[in-house]
Amino acid sequence: MGSFATMIPSVLMIVAPILITAVGGMICERSGVVNIALEGLMSIGAFTAATVHYFLEPLTPLSIWIALIAAFVAGFVVSIIHAFASITLNADQVISGTGINLLATGGTTFLSQVFFKMERTAPFRLGMMPGFSGIYPTAWIALAIVIVAWYVLYKRPVGLRLRACGEHPQAAASAGINVQKMRYVAVLLSGGLAGLAGGCLVLTETIQYTVNTINGAGYIALAAVSFGRWKPLGVSAASMLFGTAVALAIYMVNIESLRFLPSEFFSVLPYIITLVTLVVFSGRDYAPRASGQPYERGGS
Amino acid sequence: MKHTKEPAHRGKTDKLDSLLANDNAVSVIVVLLGLLFGTLLIILVGKNPSGMYSAMLQTLTGLDIERGTWNARYIGEWLTASLPLILCGLSFGFAARTGLFNIGAEGQYIAGLTAAQFVALYFPPIPILHWVVALIAAAIAGALFGGLVGWLKARFEVSEVVATIMLNYIAFFLSRWATMQIPGSNTYKTPSFPASAMLTSNVLQSLTNDSRLNIGFWVTILCCILYWFIIEKTKLGFELRATGYNKEAARCSGIKVTSRISISMILAGIFAGLAGAIVALGSFSYGRVLAGLDNYGFNGIAAALVGNNTGLGTFLAGLLFGMLASAQPLMQSRQIPKEITWIISGLVVVLISLRAGAKLFLAWRAKNKVRMRMEIQTASGASSSEDSLNSGNGGQKHNG
Repeated sequence: MGSFATMIPSVLMIVAPILITAVGGMICERSGVVNIALEGLMSIGAFTAATVHYFLEPLTPLSIWIALIAAFVAGFVVSIIHAFASITLNADQVISGTGINLLATGGTTFLSQVFFKMERTAPFRLGMMPGFSGIYPTAWIALAIVIVAWYVLYKRPVGLRLRACGEHPQAAASAGINVQKMRYVAVLLSGGLAGLAGGCLVLTETIQYTVNTINGAGYIALAAVSFGRWKPLGVSAASMLFGTAVALAIYMVNIESLRFLPSEFFSVLPYIITLVTLVVFSGRDYAPRASGQPYERGGS
Repeated sequence: MKHTKEPAHRGKTDKLDSLLANDNAVSVIVVLLGLLFGTLLIILVGKNPSGMYSAMLQTLTGLDIERGTWNARYIGEWLTASLPLILCGLSFGFAARTGLFNIGAEGQYIAGLTAAQFVALYFPPIPILHWVVALIAAAIAGALFGGLVGWLKARFEVSEVVATIMLNYIAFFLSRWATMQIPGSNTYKTPSFPASAMLTSNVLQSLTNDSRLNIGFWVTILCCILYWFIIEKTKLGFELRATGYNKEAARCSGIKVTSRISISMILAGIFAGLAGAIVALGSFSYGRVLAGLDNYGFNGIAAALVGNNTGLGTFLAGLLFGMLASAQPLMQSRQIPKEITWIISGLVVVLISLRAGAKLFLAWRAKNKVRMRMEIQTASGASSSEDSLNSGNGGQKHNG
């Protein structure tokens, strides 16, 4: 198992973006909006971070942190589309999410063509540096985000209000909560977190953004939200499990005892686990009750 | 809208109302807006948008106006690129008619593609029968993947959105693994298919100057007709639509809702599975170990949304998105960034989701109209203002 211990920093590196995105997705669904656009928002964040970092790298040592902030802002801004469509216009939340995912693929490659005259961003020289015992700072960022999310959702009045909007928006509204505003905050925050996660991913795992950089991480995060039963601890555990599976699919060639398994076995694991748990826990009330349903103000 | 129509105000405003209330008209507006935005974006990056339109013209007609040449192959390639989009669109549309969001056409497509590749390589090379069996196998594989989702939804109430996304990736990785097990395959392709497995059509090829247009063209048209027939003309189609409109009402009127949901997903899976077979055996002469998702399933969603989930609409929208896809290389040769077509497709879907806004807008206008009518009535001293208020509210609720 010695080789597995050396893998821990790599596992945490892969877990961090999934966890950050999943926390955003969890907040969003707890407020009553399904955010299927996480994948596309991560792409947008990754593209933004890679681009900003490429241009600022020679100028300032703070480049990485500016890139991460830019990634957050990019995800935040693009998710306004999703928020506007699904909250203000009561549109089908899955359709606008799908639209953003399609738009993200085209938009990021298009902008790469504009900035770099190719289908990917130019590689930056140095990504994020691992800190103490080889662990990237993104792991600590993820941890901080989970703790803050847990504290706000469960220990602050605003968290209670947000959860009420996802369980029974009419009741929340009659208690004086502005459901639409609450959902806007949640969707935009999840967009920002997905963008940030995309930035973390591109700055730790690769050296440039391509259309394949995110490669399903956003969907894995979406799965982690369901598997983690919409709770911070559960979502963290699910993200850890799925991140480990992804890491094993990549690094298993280094592990003698696992080499007989095809790498697809580990790649497919998160999806199968999620599907099975959805079936096993079906019929019980884990999901926010009003998640995915538009809230029509004044409708009685 | 009929409630609030008032002869005195008929004219320009009513035209706008009926335009926005018409789904087909909205689809056309959305596509035009998408193209307009694409054009603006090209101008913004300092390129000449006429290149985009001449590339589109060449894809549609084979006519190269810059060189003054004509080549029918472009038409054939355009139709070939449209086939899987149309079929995946039918897959999405069929489920949508039953009130399900089938985001899993991609997975069902991969299942069909993989099954067709296996039959192509392992079934004895008997002419015609070979590819017929391959198509049937693909349909069955797609039906299994789709049906599984339908069954999980009907039996365990598992969200079909999450389930189909999971199955997309499960199908993808299983396909990679299974295809690499075929002797003689490397990490990206299998040995070549025997000629009997290919969907080659000599007639279509000679008509389109040796393009890859194949028997899949007829299969797709047949599927569109079948789709229309099942949805509009059969008892099953009626029950599916009833389930989509209101599940509880359908259940109360004796429709077996759970079995209808499963059947709907099975049929959706068949369409997507056939798309996989048509791409595998029509456009390639060897089996592929997929390196990434082909994204026909996701773009098919766009086709179905623009086509309002009807057979003919999806067919036309599929041709539109197929045109955008196959115009890409031509755009690149004209120095237009080819990604613009993806942006247009994505934008069209986003705009379709904003269509809900049109409904809110119409409701708001209807409310305004009632208010105006009331004001006219109170001004003329009509005593029945109370009544019109009530009927006005009724109309507003109906629209909202």
